[in-house]
Amino acid sequence: MSEEQIKNLEQQFEARIARDEKIEPKDWMPEKYRKTHIRQISQHAHSEIVGMLPEGNWITRAPSLRRKVALLAKVQDEAGHGLYLYSACETLGVSRNELYEQLHTGKAKYSSIFNYPTITWADMGAIGWLVDGAAIINQVPLCSTSYGPYARAMIRVCKEESFHQRQGFEIMMKLANGTPEQKELAQDALNRWWWPSLMMLGPTDAESVHTEQSMKWKLKRKSNDDLRQQFIDQTVPQADLIGLTIPDPNLKWNEERGSYDFGEINWDEFWQVVKGHGPCNKERIDARVNAWNNGEWVRDAAVAYADKKATKKQRQAV
Amino acid sequence: MKKNWPLWEVFVRSKNGLEHRHFGSLHAADEDMALENARDVYTRRNEGVSIWVVKSKHITASNPEHHGELFEPAQDKVYRHPTFYDLPDEVKHM
Ligand SMILES: [Fe+2]
Ligand SMILES: [Fe+2]
Repeated sequence: MSEEQIKNLEQQFEARIARDEKIEPKDWMPEKYRKTHIRQISQHAHSEIVGMLPEGNWITRAPSLRRKVALLAKVQDEAGHGLYLYSACETLGVSRNELYEQLHTGKAKYSSIFNYPTITWADMGAIGWLVDGAAIINQVPLCSTSYGPYARAMIRVCKEESFHQRQGFEIMMKLANGTPEQKELAQDALNRWWWPSLMMLGPTDAESVHTEQSMKWKLKRKSNDDLRQQFIDQTVPQADLIGLTIPDPNLKWNEERGSYDFGEINWDEFWQVVKGHGPCNKERIDARVNAWNNGEWVRDAAVAYADKKATKKQRQAV
Repeated sequence: MKKNWPLWEVFVRSKNGLEHRHFGSLHAADEDMALENARDVYTRRNEGVSIWVVKSKHITASNPEHHGELFEPAQDKVYRHPTFYDLPDEVKHM
């Protein structure tokens, strides 16, 4: 194709998206669109998969059967989310194995929030309430993104997320209304998860790259700072309701803006964790790599069994 | 690993009376595992009463580049639609 032909196709392509048409896997797309989507969708899938680890840590120690079935179901949902997203990503012509390889070698990123440890049961409450809460704010606008398979996966994901947040808030509420020790556990978890949850919504607008292109492709519909403000405004009254204190001395209602003003985020910490120096980066990747390597004989055995069955069937047919 | 698990497309009937609809895809070693995985991945909340799985490689798809010759012929056949025919307002039930 000549450069001019490609330019023409690109213009038509952008116009389709501007008209709110969806792009489907076999449609022509600019190479940059394909690459950007592979990157974003796979990062998202990896986050769902790695995100199972901090919570998986507490399944066997859940304080009651009710909590245990809920946590188990939530973690299973996250596995499902990862799988919806991996298969959406594969429609762009990348294989599942390549995607795993990118995660395992550290070439691909995942949400840095999952590099923090879960040291008490209250962390299960804080994660559901705050981390899933922030994830919902990020994900809802993606239900109308331009790439069809991604949008469909996100619709499914969003339907399932609301139970995640509610079960987390319920845990926090129970602890906050419990004994002084329980309340302290809840407050401590909020103290530790609050700032990383704010960072989860991404670098400030001034620092974030690619935003304009992503807005055009509807990979992003609101800026990071707007999403963060939305998260803070909706979460602060929830904390008030259960008598917990947001760990930010500068947090103050701003009558004029109709929003909360809040303190400085420690972006050095954010970039340290993104670069691999968070408390659990190594542990998380090791867990994934070990699961993959130790499962190899099982995957091979399943293929051998499938082949044997197929041959048997064929022989019977003759 | 010698061989990767193949890709399967998953179709789910939400309830009797409705058609099976494409839900997504997954990897599995064989058809039994594909059905079981489809159950776990796509129907954790009663989304279905019946599942079909088919190896993705067995699906033949039309090419969007041939959209014109495939679908445009239907566009100018307005006589296939009831509104093409002029009837007086007095005609009822038609
Ligand atoms: Fe999720
Ligand atoms: Fe979730």
